Amino acid sequence: MTDPEPLKMQQAPQATAIGMTSAPGENGVATGTLPWRENLVGDPSTGVLAGGAVTTLLDHICGASVFSALSPDGSREGVQSIATLDLRIDYMRAATPGKTVTGRAHCYRVTRSIAFVRAIAHDGDEADPVATVQAAFAVNRGNSA
Amino acid sequence: MTQEELDAALAAIPYVGFLGVKFELTDGTVLARLPFQEKLIGNVHLPALHGGVIGAFMELTALMALRAAEPLRRQPRTIDVTIEYLRSGRPVETLAEAHIFKVGRRIANVRVEAWQGERDKPISALRGHFLVEA
Repeated sequence: MTDPEPLKMQQAPQATAIGMTSAPGENGVATGTLPWRENLVGDPSTGVLAGGAVTTLLDHICGASVFSALSPDGSREGVQSIATLDLRIDYMRAATPGKTVTGRAHCYRVTRSIAFVRAIAHDGDEADPVATVQAAFAVNRGNSA
Repeated sequence: MTQEELDAALAAIPYVGFLGVKFELTDGTVLARLPFQEKLIGNVHLPALHGGVIGAFMELTALMALRAAEPLRRQPRTIDVTIEYLRSGRPVETLAEAHIFKVGRRIANVRVEAWQGERDKPISALRGHFLVEA
């Protein structure tokens, strides 16, 4: 399971398959988008995206926010791997059919072995979110600290 | 609900087809299967299934279990889910089973476990609340 090289910024196959984008920010922030697509629809009578597709976007950017917090210069030195421990998603409302879902995650606290993240997903107005998230990640550091 | 009715309900949902999920009705319970596909991978180095896919798979399992148990109600909608990641998801088939903990007039509480190979070593678990209005 160990990878001695710093983790490469290789796009995960699922991220590509689902059509999402993600971008690391600064200070533990990461953002991403999920354009509406017919084969991601969960309710055919309304055209609303499946909750699972939003879950995938959110899990992905939460992980990216942890990397952003752990290695501000983007090198990922000292971080061997991270793994989601716990992900809680509260759905405020259905995403509007046809609209892109945008997510923003913030890793606000890191301890020696755990990182804590909050995230939000919306389809145009962050004040009227589709979902809010709280997550915890296990951090496996490469150095001996 | 019969297997045919379940299959028909699933065939109508595009996201089910995208993930490739299959459901089997046996003895009144629903067993969900997620065959492995390269596009489900999240971490290519391990390799491991994407955490979001595992969560989505379990959420779908809960929703379909509710539809099979309460076929006269509207399509259930997710209120909240908590997903626990226990073991890395290897690039093999994943199975899942839902346990409907409680169904009220409007809200259902469902728990799901997902495993690969060994039933007593789950890779992930989900619990959630779902809206099940009549």
